[in-house]
Amino acid sequence: MNGRFKIEKREIQNKYALTGIRLVGIFLALIAGGIFLASTGHGPILVYKAMLKGAFGSSYGINETIVKTIPLLLAALGISVAFRMKLWNIGAEGQICVGGIAASAVALKFGHLPSYVLLPSMLLAGFLGGAIWGLLPAIPKALWKTNETITTLMMNYIGILWVDYLVFGPWKDPKGFNFPITPEFSPAAFLPTFGRSRVHTGIIIALVLAALLYVIINKTLWGYEIRVAGENSEAAKYAGMNVKRNIILAMGISGGIAGIAGMTELAGITHRLQSGFSPGYGYSAIIIAWLSRLNPIAAIGVSFLFGGMLVGGYAVQTSGLPAATAVMMQGLILFFVLGAEFFTQHQITWIKKNHAEKPVVRKEVEIHG
Amino acid sequence: MAAKQLVSMRGITKSFGTETVNDRIDFDLQAGEIHALLGENGAGKSTLMNILSGVYRQDAGEIKLHGQPVTIQSPKDAIGCGVGMIHQHFKLVENLTAAENIILGYKKGLMLNRKKINQEIAEFSMSYGLSIQPQDCIYQMSVGEKQRVEILKALYRGADILILDEPTAVLTPQETKELFTILKKMAAEGCGVIIITHKMQEVMEIADRITVLRKGKKVGTREIGQVNEQVLAEMMMGQMVIRERIKNINPVGETVLTVQNLTVRGDKGVDAVKDVSFTVNQGEILGIAGISGSGQKELAEAIAGLRRAEAGSIKIAQEETKGKTAREMIDLGISFVPEDRLGMGLIGTMDMADNLILKDYRKPPISRGIFIDKQKAKERASAVIEQFDVKIADNNGAIKSLSGGNLQKILLGREILEEPKILIAAYPVRGLDIGTTEAVYNLLLEQRDRGCAVIFISEDLDEIMELSDRIMVMEGGRTTGIVKPEETSVEEIGRMMLSGRVS
Repeated sequence: MNGRFKIEKREIQNKYALTGIRLVGIFLALIAGGIFLASTGHGPILVYKAMLKGAFGSSYGINETIVKTIPLLLAALGISVAFRMKLWNIGAEGQICVGGIAASAVALKFGHLPSYVLLPSMLLAGFLGGAIWGLLPAIPKALWKTNETITTLMMNYIGILWVDYLVFGPWKDPKGFNFPITPEFSPAAFLPTFGRSRVHTGIIIALVLAALLYVIINKTLWGYEIRVAGENSEAAKYAGMNVKRNIILAMGISGGIAGIAGMTELAGITHRLQSGFSPGYGYSAIIIAWLSRLNPIAAIGVSFLFGGMLVGGYAVQTSGLPAATAVMMQGLILFFVLGAEFFTQHQITWIKKNHAEKPVVRKEVEIHG
Repeated sequence: MAAKQLVSMRGITKSFGTETVNDRIDFDLQAGEIHALLGENGAGKSTLMNILSGVYRQDAGEIKLHGQPVTIQSPKDAIGCGVGMIHQHFKLVENLTAAENIILGYKKGLMLNRKKINQEIAEFSMSYGLSIQPQDCIYQMSVGEKQRVEILKALYRGADILILDEPTAVLTPQETKELFTILKKMAAEGCGVIIITHKMQEVMEIADRITVLRKGKKVGTREIGQVNEQVLAEMMMGQMVIRERIKNINPVGETVLTVQNLTVRGDKGVDAVKDVSFTVNQGEILGIAGISGSGQKELAEAIAGLRRAEAGSIKIAQEETKGKTAREMIDLGISFVPEDRLGMGLIGTMDMADNLILKDYRKPPISRGIFIDKQKAKERASAVIEQFDVKIADNNGAIKSLSGGNLQKILLGREILEEPKILIAAYPVRGLDIGTTEAVYNLLLEQRDRGCAVIFISEDLDEIMELSDRIMVMEGGRTTGIVKPEETSVEEIGRMMLSGRVS
């Protein structure tokens, strides 16, 4: 070996190049996934085809994909609000659960109310439930700088177990043959669906929220504050912004929007609170928020693709693959896209070793530890 | 005297981007000597030593260690050649013990015999007269102890060339004294010690030889007997040519800022500003001179409402500002141009318009209800580009790739457009070329003529003499005097900067 790799810093600002690098990351993820599939005796191309066909190849598939898009998009929107401020809220799963619990409480207790009162109340309850779950880690973060990554993660388990406690215990459906479910909500608590499909009006809530958040982040005073605080918190303090207040606000809203995902899932799909009603939407949403660069509009498209991946995962179960194939693909995509991110900031060049004592004259930027 | 030559650096050159920070520098170190490397901030001292210790690689030039030509590729290479550097910010693992830190990455093998290692380190430290407790964790230690661990770490790896970067900056006077005793002992045992510093008294106290750098070039190397503080100060700061002062023809107005007995705590938890009192009037420039790190930054941040005062008061006009937030201070008419442009004053990843509204985004015409009028912000950006002659390729691109001069124009432009009552400019021309420097001076003078009270912090005495109506000198967090430029000399201010009050 006569030489060495030199990692040099560079700056890519070109949007097309940035997107291109990410697409290469996704492509590599598909290849890595393909190697895994091939090693288990499945033809990668066939499996990918089957997934695509399952998710987007029929109106049923597309409907199901949209159904999955709704909670993914809502949770991703919530997460992106916190991520904007560099608050690493990975607690959307718990926030979905508690939002669902709060919405269920309203639905079960006030089931006699008409739909136009009940549904907005459930929406508000879902938002507040999620917001509380976001605020509990936010307050110690603002006051004592506790690590929100850890606390939001732990709050997930608490939220999930609260759902289990309620559906196994006090809220269990007496006529439910001991299944961990509550009684079905009254029909007034059902979100209307489009035609005979399972696609419910939660999609409208999600799309409106995406547009609203886009405006809030990019056009309002508060959006400006959280963008500044996220990019340079010293500058935010210097400009006299109240960073503590904004931490609390951002986490509350972040959790609240994730809570709405819990509400729409229950009111739109399951029509009752049940154990494990969110199969990890809150975790997939972290990947979605990241891949969409925290842009609420981009999150719509990315959520739709991820929804498709989930549905495609179910579709390939018939050929003997576990549905978890989709989850594995999500992980691979995040891994490779994050890896590709490195190349937007650095380039690697091979430098031939110079045997003379005099080092080569060149410009280089050293990477500090 | 034919002492053993430990280090010989010849023609060392290093550039970062277009800036040459080391320009053909020669440097020698002999066994048994303490060699001080003296220079202002940005003179290139740390870069030169980082090259010697393998953190950077020179663009050109040769290094010989112990008489052998070497190519140092990494700090590991450097320590293998006997070069140990003790950085200003210690590189220790807080949760490990002293002994564990010392052997970290050095001892091979799978198992650790803690008892034996502690014993070994204790004996090793005693042999150098460095008292540490090997089994104590780093986070329990005082700064002085941590530094001793760093020194031991280098010695344990067999270093006989020891580089200390500003070793006394964080030490109490007693700890400094102890450190000097240790360093002298090590020199007596045949090590070579290099200390990087800009503190004159320390140099006089401890060094055998002194090499002075200025603006990336070597000024010279002197034996301690040949020089005094005065000579060194001149070598450090250069020929003191005083340009014609730009006379302030306007009458000075009322007092707008009154600072009384102000004490402010620094980031290290010790008082960085101690019992400082002064006033600033409308239509004058108060220059604050002093070696950087003498409390100027903390003083400025306290006035801007970014740092709490431990004691004393800050009054604007006659209004006490105790407990006021940074936002309230901005509303009272204080404008602060911080030294760290991209760290505090600007947001590198945002565009120019977003940066220009940082201070008044919540006031009309930029705000419209809860919305920001981006169009108005963009108009402002165009106006600032025009008025302050900012060179920018893409008005809507992130500003981080702009040059320091253009960043400073954006920052100053924003602050000046606020028409502040009080403008604090901290090192506003640091890193700028001559043309931009002149432009910045003119902006400050315009503000003075407008009736603004300007506080101008700088370490360049010529600059200060040229612009200021009065000069306050700070040293070690205290004021060593307030003088008028026409009644003093650069030499006198230099002395005030270095120690004690003028009698």
